Amino acid sequence: MKSWLATAVINGVLVAAAIITLFPLLWMLSVSFMPDGMSSVFPPPLVPENPTLANYRELFAQQRMGRYFLNSLLVATVATLFSLLLNGMAGYAFAKLRFAGREHLTRLLLAGLLIPAQVTMIPLFGLMKALGLVNSYAAVIVPATASIFGIFLVRQYALSIPDELIDAARVDGASETRIFRSIVAPLLAPILVTLGIFTFLATWNDFMWPLIVLSDRELQTLPVALAGMAREYVQDSELMMAGSVITILPVLVLFLALQRHYIQGILMGSVKG
Amino acid sequence: MTSSRAAWLFAAPALTVIVVFFLLPVAAAFVLSFTDFDLYALADIRNLRFVGLENYTQLLSNPLFWKALGNTAWFVVLGVPLSIAASLAAALLIHSKLARAPGIFRTAYFAPVVTTLVAVAVVWRYIFHARYGLLNYLLDGLGIDPVDWLGDPRWSMPSIVILAVWKNFGYNMIIFVAALQSIPQDLYEAARIDGSSSWQELRHVTLPMLKPTFALVGILTIAGYFQLFAEPYVMTEGGPLQSTVSVLYFMYNEGFKWWNLGSASAVAFVLFVIILVVTVIPVRLARQEPGR
Repeated sequence: MKSWLATAVINGVLVAAAIITLFPLLWMLSVSFMPDGMSSVFPPPLVPENPTLANYRELFAQQRMGRYFLNSLLVATVATLFSLLLNGMAGYAFAKLRFAGREHLTRLLLAGLLIPAQVTMIPLFGLMKALGLVNSYAAVIVPATASIFGIFLVRQYALSIPDELIDAARVDGASETRIFRSIVAPLLAPILVTLGIFTFLATWNDFMWPLIVLSDRELQTLPVALAGMAREYVQDSELMMAGSVITILPVLVLFLALQRHYIQGILMGSVKG
Repeated sequence: MTSSRAAWLFAAPALTVIVVFFLLPVAAAFVLSFTDFDLYALADIRNLRFVGLENYTQLLSNPLFWKALGNTAWFVVLGVPLSIAASLAAALLIHSKLARAPGIFRTAYFAPVVTTLVAVAVVWRYIFHARYGLLNYLLDGLGIDPVDWLGDPRWSMPSIVILAVWKNFGYNMIIFVAALQSIPQDLYEAARIDGSSSWQELRHVTLPMLKPTFALVGILTIAGYFQLFAEPYVMTEGGPLQSTVSVLYFMYNEGFKWWNLGSASAVAFVLFVIILVVTVIPVRLARQEPGR
């Protein structure tokens, strides 16, 4: 095959695949600006004739979308901040500090990586009920504040911090907390960014656990509220597309801004250390 | 403060959360699967009674549970190879020396991975719409009769597979691209000196070198696909004719619709064991291979 032809074929396929991949998202955006009922015709229109923000207005005015958005933002932000602190400290301890039982714990936690989170949901619901936390933000936030994945992500990165740096600070009389704050934490910054995006996206997108534990509509996150609306307004495609845009846009923007860190996290997470 | 004490102080908060909200619940799920855990026991734990293996025997004689298992297995069998094939194809294209602006394509293909599953399920429900959906419009253009994607029990699960492949292929693509980049160039040079075509290079150099990656990607994808839940919840509510009731969907209804929490714990455990068996066994087999 001539090389210009090969180049054309490969890039043609790449472009075609990109169009197919992005089309559902672009169409979602386009339909979200259509007036009520416009998309329920055959053939489906590709672009709105008279673009309108009516669907977004209805979502925020009548469907309390603003409230769900803030719920999601609050839950994901608080969970992310705690996850950075807790997993950051633990990951550093597992990488750089010696303590009795470290090897056993490491192996136990690695085995725990195999357990799907859904196994825990029924006892967790009972526990939350006993703690009086069913239908509270805490029920969604607390279990997300630390994870085995998060600890190992930080640990693997922290292993590369030179011991001399930490020992020198100790010789200078710095306390362990101070060493962590002023020496270790800045060095961990890149992996903490990665962990931060992972936690934020995972909490923002999470569905099953919030669905179980947040039956009070006032407290629901976007995916739970959207799923409820999707069952209620089956025919109102324009409204549902606008709801999907509001749900997806923040995480998509966050990913586009920080994608290098996110992809690095996938590659580190998939290489067991 | 000694280093060992500091270590415990640093690790304790995270470990406490993991033990209390993850590891203990796993153990509790196992115990609860042998009880009649229900609304009464939820209100007062003293109402909890041990029922031995009753939850498990009842599950095994429940046709809907078997249906859910079968549906989930069908989703895995259909979805995992298609997903991995799509990921590998995308990775090979992006990795090709002839690709212009591979970074942009990588971002485009990866975008669905970060989207919210519930939201894209809503979007795809509309794309699959029997009357106004885009997919049937495209088929119409090709002269193919419309398909009732989500309304026909034969097509409902394949429709969900299409969504899953679209949403997930970018993730494994990233792993494949990294693996492709780590294959030593001299292997290709040697193959070229021997006069191999690009197809032979793919078959005899690239694919064998990707073997460990296939194992890794396979395990991650199988384990993930067994956890099918949000797609049927949003798109089909388990229908039509219960053709998209997955194991987790069954567990959710059993536990949080009918409040048979003991039985739901048993479902969770069966699923866990199945995932463990189908992901650990291939690893064991792969490890034995070099010694053969």
